[in-house]
Amino acid sequence: MEGSHAIALAVKAARPNVVSAYPITPQTHIVEDISQLIADGDLDAQYVKVESEHSAMSVCIGASATGARTYTATTSQGLALMHEVLFNAAGMRLPIVMTVANRALSAPLSIWNDHQDSISERDSGWIQIYAEDNTEASDLTIQAYRIAEDTRIQVPVMVCMDGYTLTHTYEPVELLEQDLVDDFLPTYRPTDFLNVNDPKSFGMFADPNYYTEFRYQNHRALEVAKAVIPEISTEFGEVFDRDYGGLIEEYRCDDAEYVLMAMGSVVGTLKDTVDDLRDDGVRAGAIKLRSYRPFPSDELRRALAGVTAVGILDKNISLGFEGALFTDVKASLYRDKEAPKAFGFIAGLGGRDIPKRMFVKMFDYIREGKKISKSEFFDLRTQILDFQEV
Amino acid sequence: MQAKEEERPIDLLASGHRACAGCGAALTIQAILRATGANVFVANSTGCMEIISSQYPQSAWKVPWIHSLFENAAAVASGIEVALKALGRSEEGKVVVIAGDGGTVDIGMQAISGMLERGHDVCYICYDNEAYMNTGNQRSGATPFDASTTTSPYGKRSFGNDRPKKNMPAIVAAHGIAYVATSSVGYPRDLTKKVQKAVSVSGPAYLQIHAPCNVGWGFDSAKTIEIARLAVETGLWMMYEIIDGELVNVMKVPRQQPVEEYLKQQRRFAHLFKMPGGQAQIKLIQDIANHNFESHKAAAREETG
Repeated sequence: MEGSHAIALAVKAARPNVVSAYPITPQTHIVEDISQLIADGDLDAQYVKVESEHSAMSVCIGASATGARTYTATTSQGLALMHEVLFNAAGMRLPIVMTVANRALSAPLSIWNDHQDSISERDSGWIQIYAEDNTEASDLTIQAYRIAEDTRIQVPVMVCMDGYTLTHTYEPVELLEQDLVDDFLPTYRPTDFLNVNDPKSFGMFADPNYYTEFRYQNHRALEVAKAVIPEISTEFGEVFDRDYGGLIEEYRCDDAEYVLMAMGSVVGTLKDTVDDLRDDGVRAGAIKLRSYRPFPSDELRRALAGVTAVGILDKNISLGFEGALFTDVKASLYRDKEAPKAFGFIAGLGGRDIPKRMFVKMFDYIREGKKISKSEFFDLRTQILDFQEV
Repeated sequence: MQAKEEERPIDLLASGHRACAGCGAALTIQAILRATGANVFVANSTGCMEIISSQYPQSAWKVPWIHSLFENAAAVASGIEVALKALGRSEEGKVVVIAGDGGTVDIGMQAISGMLERGHDVCYICYDNEAYMNTGNQRSGATPFDASTTTSPYGKRSFGNDRPKKNMPAIVAAHGIAYVATSSVGYPRDLTKKVQKAVSVSGPAYLQIHAPCNVGWGFDSAKTIEIARLAVETGLWMMYEIIDGELVNVMKVPRQQPVEEYLKQQRRFAHLFKMPGGQAQIKLIQDIANHNFESHKAAAREETG
């Protein structure tokens, strides 16, 4: 089954009341399939065919504040266009769920995968969880509603899946049984919502006497989510027999000397590489970062305790500095006297493939352990640079 | 003299909000809510009316109210409307947008167009005070010709705003919706009637209400209604309906006033009376007024406001 179709079926199983989306590559197959499910009467939801992503998220805000379960999906430029609306949705604590079919940002225009789009929305107050494969993306869609609607949290959730690599790839997907989903994810019944019998005001303005406290509470919600995300993952595992662990997944890390960390679909290749290196006697391990926000600092410190060196793959870059994950990992390790050496690798931008041999090269690099540097562009085609500089 | 308790209209916008004395927009909102009653969902764009009414932890709104951003009130309203539908709650009340002219004719244009085209059962009401008043009187697409604002100031090489007011009602009407109308805070009966008509329409409706801003326009706070009525009497603000695409019920003014009567009372036009070449500019404004009367003549009717 195509990844996008799996997501559409997961959305159907979650029974949203309102779907609002604007088509953009490579998200299109998801919203096309949802449209068809509605057209065929298989999903009973209002689908608002908006004129932009800005309005897609705005419709979700209006609908969610009225008490509806809402869904949208986007990517890249569409996510960037939503920017201010994302902050607004999180600030109003509306449990909207969105699939982000991760794609690079323009210019130059690229329709292919990297993580620059969602990483650039790091501070929007949304939870961001990254899927490794299509079953996980599908399962996360259901879990995302439980996380977002959890009364301890009440913040929106992005389920991030690699554009094309996952959205357009056919692979076996474990489907979600509707009756199990219905038990796991009950009907959304918020305590505060727009209604004429008990009129409430949403989206007020706060002067300096109150603004900080709103921000603090929003931040606390994401901190609390660090406990809620694994808890819901475990509960999901008990029902569906698929448990993805918590905020991170450790792969052969127990006695590892050298660990590489990555997010998204490339983790599969990384795990294969670890297996190969283990066969060769290298004590290699991998960490899959599932939750980028909230950022699992403590979990990473625990996982990396005793490790000699860690390499961090960033499919994004904060131009003028380094990859975003690299920064966060180093900040997390800063207080540890015995912290491993950390190396940053920028690769896989704009859809450039990251094959196994590149991970082997990264392991070689961190095993040499020469210096702690800024992120290295690891897959530069220098011959093109030479050509451009003529 | 104080009215008896039971004779007082129910104010769904509580007193004590932070609007300036003489605020035409606040009077407009009060009149809108008196006309709609309590069974409405209000989506408010960022602007004066949002700011004066919703400073946490106090809200002046006694109806369900949401403010999200500046340009997206029409989309937020669309979301409320479909959610009510999906949840089987459509009978609960009508969804009404309240937005200023900047949030409507400029930055909100795209979201409005989408909402109208999709046919949402939403009544969109623009209170038009002809500039970005919340941020200090900057020019909007609804600012009239030659008005001096902080971003279209008069000066040696400027008579103020060098473009005429954008014809938003015509743009809205081009979407083929059932009901478009203009009104003015100076004519409360007309305003009430049109709000009631607009909310009773099934599908999108649009109402643009002229709402003088004494602070931005520069006139005495006691004269808001007088200025509003002069705009209509001079022909610089036309009152009409567009029902199913047809211009009807243009309010007939008993005696057309010269535009000077309107202009001379406002600081935003004061330069025209002092600057060399100002009189010629006033003539151009008179031409706009004359053209307004002429182009709406066929559908004129007696004043009832």
